[in-house]
Amino acid sequence: MPTLEIRDLHVSVETKEGPKPILRGVDLTIASGETHAIMGPNGSGKSTLASALAGHPKYTVTSGTVTLDGEDLLAMTVDERARAGLFLAMQYPVEVTGVSVANFLRTAKTAIDGTAPALRTWGKEVKGAMENLRMDPAFAERSVNEGFSGGEKKRHEILQMELFKPRFAILDETDSGLDVDALRIVSEGVNRAKENTEVGVLLITHYTRILRYIKPDFVHVFVDGKIAEEGGSELADRLEEEGYDKYVGANATATA
Amino acid sequence: MTLTTDHSRAVADGAHSHGAVKPQGSRAERLTSFSLEDIPVPNGREEEWRFSPADRLQPLFQSDLGSSGVTVEVTAAPEVKVETVARDDARLGTAGKPGDRTAVTAWNAFQQATVVTVPAEAIASDVTSVRLQGVSTDATAAHVLVRAERHSEAVVVIDHNGVGSLSETVEIVVEDGAHLTVVSVQDWAEGAVHASSHRARIGRDAKLKHVVVTFGGDVVRITPDAEFTAEGGDVEMVGLYFADTDQHQEHRLFVDHAVPECKSRVTYKGALQGSGAHTVWVGDVLIRANAENTDTYELNRNLVLTDGARADSVPNLEIETGEIAGAGHASATGRFDDEQLFYLQARGIPEIEARRLVVRGFFAELIHEIGVPSVEERLLASIEAELEKSMSVITGAPTA
Repeated sequence: MPTLEIRDLHVSVETKEGPKPILRGVDLTIASGETHAIMGPNGSGKSTLASALAGHPKYTVTSGTVTLDGEDLLAMTVDERARAGLFLAMQYPVEVTGVSVANFLRTAKTAIDGTAPALRTWGKEVKGAMENLRMDPAFAERSVNEGFSGGEKKRHEILQMELFKPRFAILDETDSGLDVDALRIVSEGVNRAKENTEVGVLLITHYTRILRYIKPDFVHVFVDGKIAEEGGSELADRLEEEGYDKYVGANATATA
Repeated sequence: MTLTTDHSRAVADGAHSHGAVKPQGSRAERLTSFSLEDIPVPNGREEEWRFSPADRLQPLFQSDLGSSGVTVEVTAAPEVKVETVARDDARLGTAGKPGDRTAVTAWNAFQQATVVTVPAEAIASDVTSVRLQGVSTDATAAHVLVRAERHSEAVVVIDHNGVGSLSETVEIVVEDGAHLTVVSVQDWAEGAVHASSHRARIGRDAKLKHVVVTFGGDVVRITPDAEFTAEGGDVEMVGLYFADTDQHQEHRLFVDHAVPECKSRVTYKGALQGSGAHTVWVGDVLIRANAENTDTYELNRNLVLTDGARADSVPNLEIETGEIAGAGHASATGRFDDEQLFYLQARGIPEIEARRLVVRGFFAELIHEIGVPSVEERLLASIEAELEKSMSVITGAPTA
């Protein structure tokens, strides 16, 4: 069974003052079909983990390993990682002027699969997936993310997750900025992808709200660049009650 | 990062006027003349030269331009008449006067002109091709007149190739009811310097589609002027440019709505790559006091593909009457940046393919607007060739 294995991962971000360490030894194993939630206060390094796994050039891995199905993920370029089956639903999807959603989806699908999707079935598939996510068909002709509302951007990310069928998907605060209706629609999309494929999901979130719609098998609490506590979905319920104060407080004491 | 202006969200940057106050350098008051004395050699600080590399254009500012640097060949549609005439031919100089130094040097120095005439009511069955081939860097003047007589229809493509140093006039006369497409392609070799004044007069119910395509040459500066002379005129100006390292490509156009009931549409798009690539787009539209029911819109978009390139974009709309059907403009300059690249690569698309996707998408719609299949095909090929250049930059660069 394919697994995404993260071992003792240390990551720095490039700043004007020089490299600044963010991740300080992350260990995490995700198997196909599993859903792992990563929760934690702002600035704990959750999104850095997402970006570093996808290969964002701003982040440098200083030590540790990441393997996807035994292959060294860190040795791959950004596009190679995607073709190996890694997908990142971004917190802030980028506008690409002049490139229509339809053209973008077809180009990406072709790159990921190594062959162009069959014309007849692909059109239907895209249309169906857009309907499921309550996206207007006119969307397909708009430039990627240009003039999209926050909710439209997130639906477009999940649309891609459903169409590209990755082996592992990282959802970087996909829930942030969504109203309840949009959150439900987006969550349904993630759950469909989980049902239809054996995708392993790494769900990064600040809030527990989305976990009412997407049930995690494991919850990891991220504090100061590493995992401070792990458990099942009951851990999310406790965080809902208690918040992150306990962890932040402990950290403050430790560094005082 | 994207810089944007449009008619509803204008910025007061001094180079951007909305007609409430007649700006300094109003197009209504710009001097035009056939006389060299009236338009002296610029010092580079003048409004119309402030973005231009005046030093590199010096040879074309001189009054003693020769005629040996460029050869002219024409392949005409069977319905179209082609002549080579002396400079005193009465048909020359009827499409307006020169408006800047290179235009006036071109006018005063040319010895012979190429006249392409589409006879009245003739429908040209094929594209007419005028080829100017640069054969030396001797500063040269050339003059082309394209006349579409009343109710005629034709497509004329003017090509510029080779190495040249050319100051050129392209006169365009579109008589009543005629439909004319003029395409000017600047695909010069490295080292070429080219200034060209396009001056068009559009008659009653006449339609001009004016297309400018600039890829090659060190310095290319095209100044298309279009003047409506009777009601019902329609001008569509389309431009496409792609500047590489150290290329200067400048397009300054002026649409003069001097009479009522005319329509103009301007769409220029450019891509830039490489250090020192510089493009300038200035779009002046003047709606004079009596030009009621004018309908005009102009748009410029630039796509900056690498660091070190610079795109200047200045739309100017002067409106002297409130009785118009519509008037607007928009300008936006965006970058293809690391975040876009990351986004596309994170969807499995390799870097080179990502750049292709973005550039093709940027130009696609505009290319289809040209409406001349042979030109569209060549354009797509030229864009691919430009992208090959950027690919060699990428693949040749050491990776971290």
